[in-house]
Amino acid sequence: MAKNEMPLWEVFIRPRNGLAHKHCGSVHAADEEMAIQAARDVYTRRGEGTSIWVVLSSAITASDPEHKDENFEPALSKVYRHPTFYKIPDDVGHM
Amino acid sequence: MAAQANIDRSTLVTFLLRLADDHLILGHRLSEWCGHAPMLEEDLAMPNMALDLIGQARALYQYAAEAEGEGRSEDDLAYLRRERDYLNCLMVERENGDFAHTMLRQLYFAAFMQPFWAGAVRSADATLAAIAGKAVKEVAYHVRHAGEWVVRLGDGTEESRRRMEQAIEALAPYVDEMFETDPVSEAIAEAGIAPDPASLREAFDRTVGTIFAEAGLEFQPVQFGQTGGRQGRHGEAMGYLLAELQHMQRTYPGAVW
Repeated sequence: MAKNEMPLWEVFIRPRNGLAHKHCGSVHAADEEMAIQAARDVYTRRGEGTSIWVVLSSAITASDPEHKDENFEPALSKVYRHPTFYKIPDDVGHM
Repeated sequence: MAAQANIDRSTLVTFLLRLADDHLILGHRLSEWCGHAPMLEEDLAMPNMALDLIGQARALYQYAAEAEGEGRSEDDLAYLRRERDYLNCLMVERENGDFAHTMLRQLYFAAFMQPFWAGAVRSADATLAAIAGKAVKEVAYHVRHAGEWVVRLGDGTEESRRRMEQAIEALAPYVDEMFETDPVSEAIAEAGIAPDPASLREAFDRTVGTIFAEAGLEFQPVQFGQTGGRQGRHGEAMGYLLAELQHMQRTYPGAVW
């Protein structure tokens, strides 16, 4: 089978109303309708979802793993960006 | 006790067994693809549909066993009858062939059952109405899934089109039998239990016609179709199917999970 006849699609499932669609895997399919069907058959067999998004994997631009040091390391040393210095009153409970 | 229509017991049991056998046998055929499908996605899609069908068969066998009242269980009905006692139509026992063949057979049966379940939702028999309420959603997906494949294979490559045309030719003799009417189906329709098969033809033709038009395919009717399934007369393929289906229960009688 020629590669371009069954491109790869990334699948996003929303488990419940009010939650965001979450990436859960990928499927091969000829077009978007078949990709939705394949996603339904592969990823919602146990009642995982109420909504499905698919997007061509080739439409996703990813960060370069080689750039991970300059991309992400600078954030690690800036603890003051985390709101960990506030005192939470007991009455607020779990946040 | 749920509301029951006014019908004699043996007519109701025959009707339920025909329906249950259709679903068990086609479910078994689809399950044969498990682990052999052309792609992982279909390796899950076909068993998904098989499980829908076997679930429907199970509910129908339970009801048939209860209506029969002779102490037989759903397993006895599913696994321990002889070939001539199975009343499924010939379409569902046809061998899988290639993927195009399987998808066309699935479309035909689903397009036949969709209007049936839609009518049975309003059945005078509360048990059947409840089974229909679940099945009507499942069959809608089967029509969509099989239909999308028929369109893409028919309107796909030269090779996929050739295979779909071969499937149309191979399955054509088994289409008309699904719509056969006899005293059992007439009595069931008259009692308001389920639509008569003949009345489903229009909806079937519309569903399949729309999909074939999109696929650029043409239905080739045959002059003399095959028949006999509803009376227990089956093709050669049925014996092999039952040998595999019944193997465990025949070898280890009463085996359970």
